[in-house]
Amino acid sequence: MAKSKNAQTSQAAAKRKLSEKQLHDMLYTMMLIRRFEEKALDLYSLGKVHGTMHLSIGQEATAVGASGALTQQDYLLNTHRGHGHCLAWGSQADLMMAEFMGKETGYCRGRGGSMHIANVDANNLGANGIVAGGLPISVGVGLSIRARNTEQVVMVVFGDGASNEGAFHESINMASIWNLPVIFLCENNQYAMSMPVEKSINIDRISDRAAAYGIEGVTVDGNDPEAVYAAVSSARQRAVAGKGPTLIECNTYRYMGHSKSDRQAYRTRDEVKAWMDKDPIERLVANLGMSKEDKDALFKKAEAEIAKAVEFAEASPEPDVADIMEGVYA
Amino acid sequence: MPSANGTREITYVEAVREALTQSMQADERVFLIGEDIGVYGGAFGVSAGMHAQFGGERVIDTPISEAAIVGACVGAALTGMRPVGEIQFMDFITLGMEQLVLQAAKVRFMFGGKATVPMVLRTPGGSGTGAAAQHSESLETWFTHVPGLKVVMPSSPYDAKGLLMAAIQDENPVIFVEHKLLYKISGPVPEEPYTIPLGEPNIVREGKHLTVVATSIMVQRAKQAAEELAKEGIEIEIVDPRTLNPFDDSLMIQSVIKTGKALVVHEAVKTSGYGAELVSRIVESEAFDYLEAPVRRLAGLDIPIPYNRNLEYHAVPQVENIVAEARKLVRGEY
Repeated sequence: MAKSKNAQTSQAAAKRKLSEKQLHDMLYTMMLIRRFEEKALDLYSLGKVHGTMHLSIGQEATAVGASGALTQQDYLLNTHRGHGHCLAWGSQADLMMAEFMGKETGYCRGRGGSMHIANVDANNLGANGIVAGGLPISVGVGLSIRARNTEQVVMVVFGDGASNEGAFHESINMASIWNLPVIFLCENNQYAMSMPVEKSINIDRISDRAAAYGIEGVTVDGNDPEAVYAAVSSARQRAVAGKGPTLIECNTYRYMGHSKSDRQAYRTRDEVKAWMDKDPIERLVANLGMSKEDKDALFKKAEAEIAKAVEFAEASPEPDVADIMEGVYA
Repeated sequence: MPSANGTREITYVEAVREALTQSMQADERVFLIGEDIGVYGGAFGVSAGMHAQFGGERVIDTPISEAAIVGACVGAALTGMRPVGEIQFMDFITLGMEQLVLQAAKVRFMFGGKATVPMVLRTPGGSGTGAAAQHSESLETWFTHVPGLKVVMPSSPYDAKGLLMAAIQDENPVIFVEHKLLYKISGPVPEEPYTIPLGEPNIVREGKHLTVVATSIMVQRAKQAAEELAKEGIEIEIVDPRTLNPFDDSLMIQSVIKTGKALVVHEAVKTSGYGAELVSRIVESEAFDYLEAPVRRLAGLDIPIPYNRNLEYHAVPQVENIVAEARKLVRGEY
């Protein structure tokens, strides 16, 4: 059993140098996620999207870095703040937008909405409205991978708040004792709704909890897609080599409130501003040495794709009420 | 399905084990997961010998982690396996409720029907072992109230085998409630694999004076009550839903139309119990016009199960309670 340790060295060893093309693709996906969520917010304000909505604006690097390190055969379980994961996993913006608007053409035929988007055909086993809800499920996916003897892994994404749920501990313990190919990816965006992580957890790094389960734990800059990519890549290598699960903590930040009703009385504008100065998109633009014109052009491309998605969603039919009972039982 | 007539007799626990064994032999996707089900053989001996037969990869011993056991079933089922989880006592299902109710039951619907969750969660329920309030629950009604789950409660060895094999082949999450006191009863069970379709009730005994609808161990008690009542010339008809949800109630309704009277019997507490559902189905149906007496419920008292043997005995319906209640209904002494 591998003991938890400071994983900086192994991480550095496994870190692949991403090509400019890969970084460029990541940047575009990050822009697409941001514009998608901004548009979803507009539609929400117009009453075209309803219910509740949890935006991940500011967290895009974690989504693209993590998904980029996995293959199309791997599995994803993610969270209610999962629009970015879903897009980064390769899902279509139009089918997602249709789901947001509750349309029959949406990924879940309008039955799931933004909190429950899944793309089962692509091994995206769904977003979860329960903060640690996906973790126990990931254990079963890990068992299934092992029983079927494939070289897949499952990545389960959750937030800092979920790491205080019993399901987190039960699941990591089980995955650890059985060496299952599970990547536990914690998006530490500093708040569980209004509860700041420093008040809810009495250690500096959530990844230190890995030590209690005898697995590798690592904390990375979640606003750096390369760092996230490297950590998930090496976790994947460990998993397929039968070396068991990894707990990865990605430090990042959400610019918007927890959900639409959040007045954000629990944090200061200065704090938000400080994180905006570390914006993952702007940072990658700078790293790539991209001009303002090129950046704007790329954003325009993303906006056009989102506009088409909205057009598709608006033109899509509502579910037929005659089908309301469908899908409860197989 | 083969008939139970003319076959060897085995116990209920053996019937459950045979269903698991034959299902695992027939389909390599089927595996067992739960606490102490390996070398120990399960708290009630259901999986005795199965670890040796199938190995630790298919009879998986877990830490004490009910939420993770249920969740592991959900994840495995979503990705091509057919897990059979065991919750050691039905009471402990409380610790896995989120995964069962919010995940297992809803995933398919939330995903627009694009996923299936073919899992079974077996669990021993009921009182009568002197194990007091936290090891004696009858919580089946909770699950009948959750769309997306199926709830099965076999009352005989024959039903246990056929229903469990059907549950494992079903594409939906199924809660399979075994009664601790039934494990030792014997009955005829065919050796070959067979299934009993989920949702189909069983007329356990035919009669003309009163329809008794009973679940799980109450079916056995109703059969004993029927023997007593027959001596007085009272012939009760016993209907066993077998699957509580979904439940095709037409046989029950036809029975009540025939007898004109109905008594519903279950072990779980009366208030908001499954009996209320059965009574509602009877009075909402055409059987209403044929009723010659109020439809009555005989159920557990609205208390936790007491430790004291005598108190425990009196907390849930016994044979003599069924006899007395049936007699009153048939004689019009209500």
